[in-house]
Amino acid sequence: MVNLLALCAFNSDYAQAIDNDSLEQWPAFFSENCHYRITNAENEREGLPAGIVYADSRAMLEDRVAALRDANIYERQRYRHLIGIPKIESCDASGAVARTPFMVARIMATGETMLFATGEYRDRFVVAKNGRLLLAERVVVCDSAVTDTLMALPL
Amino acid sequence: MNEHAVRWKGPGLTRVPLDVYTDDAIARQEQDRIFRGATWNYLCLQAELPEAGSYRTTFVGETPVVVVKDGDGRIHAFENRCAHRGALIALEKSGKVDGNFQCVYHAWSYNLRGDLTGVAFQKGVKGKGGMPPDFRKEDHGPRKLRTAVLRGLVFGSFSGDAPPIEDYLGEEICARIERVLHKPVQVIGRFTQALPNNWKLYVENVKDSYHASLLHLFFTKFEINRLSQQGGVIVDASGGNHVSFSIIDPAAADASYQDQGLRSGTGHYRLKDPTLLAGFKEYDDGITLQILSVFPGFVLQQIQNCLAVRQVLPKGGQRAELNWTYIGYADDTPEQRTARLKQSNLVGPAGFISMEDGAVGGFVQRGIAGAQGFESILEMGGGDASSSDGRATETSVRGFWKAWRTHMDI
Repeated sequence: MVNLLALCAFNSDYAQAIDNDSLEQWPAFFSENCHYRITNAENEREGLPAGIVYADSRAMLEDRVAALRDANIYERQRYRHLIGIPKIESCDASGAVARTPFMVARIMATGETMLFATGEYRDRFVVAKNGRLLLAERVVVCDSAVTDTLMALPL
Repeated sequence: MNEHAVRWKGPGLTRVPLDVYTDDAIARQEQDRIFRGATWNYLCLQAELPEAGSYRTTFVGETPVVVVKDGDGRIHAFENRCAHRGALIALEKSGKVDGNFQCVYHAWSYNLRGDLTGVAFQKGVKGKGGMPPDFRKEDHGPRKLRTAVLRGLVFGSFSGDAPPIEDYLGEEICARIERVLHKPVQVIGRFTQALPNNWKLYVENVKDSYHASLLHLFFTKFEINRLSQQGGVIVDASGGNHVSFSIIDPAAADASYQDQGLRSGTGHYRLKDPTLLAGFKEYDDGITLQILSVFPGFVLQQIQNCLAVRQVLPKGGQRAELNWTYIGYADDTPEQRTARLKQSNLVGPAGFISMEDGAVGGFVQRGIAGAQGFESILEMGGGDASSSDGRATETSVRGFWKAWRTHMDI
């Protein structure tokens, strides 16, 4: 069943994967030919297509996780996602389109905790053959155009 | 030499007193002597001012500025400060006005040149109040900037002493700007990074070709950039402007990393989706990376097909802001545009090869918190600030300090 509760449960699992440092699980929330992009409200308003993360395949998300683990240098940090209730725009047995607000706090190894990002997930869900919900598209629209220091972990 | 708290121990460029990143008096003087001094500061792209009345608000150093195009296609820039009480004249990041700007506070208005043209109730209301009869609007107004447009880049200067933009940049830098901006561009995205460090630490990082393959492992692992590639560094006569470039040579043997046991040399991995880096040849010279900077805080970047301009702005002495504007050419095919969008994963706040640059400045800022009177070392590649064939050099960082000391008179 694709319904509000299913989307909420999906988002809860999604947040857990990132916040509990199980990044390797994160790409599995997406379909193989997904689109994932992190941008901001100003770019969306002006129709500017670029993202600070821009992926058009699940493999690209796996590459990002590999780079975060093995290549990129950043201070140890964690996120805490608070994901709101999806506003469902359409929903049937094959999938759903929804907008969901989020807030993400970033906790540095030094203990410094800050409100790192707020915004909205603009999502298109599909139901896979095995019945599992997957994201065919997640556009992460941050409310602010400003990113503090760097964005290593995904939103 | 003058009243500065910061002491430079000699005329050379190989030692930099760490106090330049922490001293409040230095930060204040930089506003006057560098940003509002005899320099050209990047304001915006010409493509961002499409019509008469199109404007953007930005900063020169910490001074807020309005940039606007008039009906004749000329670009004007003036301080974003109402002559009356000092409020911002324009509040939005960009927009379009119909012939004049009006301050929201008391409705004083300005034409597109920044001239004060209207004072609300100047003659009072019903004969009462109003400005004195000897008040002359032409005696008041925000400070105006000279503007210069070079290959679609709009620069501004508060000073009459800045030489013409072509002379300020020098022939070689102009040619390298033209190499990338040889046809009309379009903005494809804008992002800002709040940097936890003094603005100069980011500018030095841009000019530092030595760190690229050591800090940025993604670069190295995918053999996009190694110091053993062909390439070089160009520093202009002032020292303040530079180009670092490289040409990939896949056949080049590269033992220097392994020999020294450097972290960057260990292991390789392959992308599961190599279309991330799939590009197309668009420059005949084979240059796959060109990083160009203009003193004090402008960067033009070509990394493969990923093009962007960056603007570095101080926000107080120990914070800075980095504005990224990603661009493509106006005549891009959809496939070319997609390639740029995918390659843009390399840059920006989450960029595979640039995210570290957002953090290292902060590592320095935190590291030097108790180091008053100490210095950093800039001796890689010798002591001068001239152009160099290799990139294992800090020559263009020394060039930055050459220009900085000239402007600051330190």
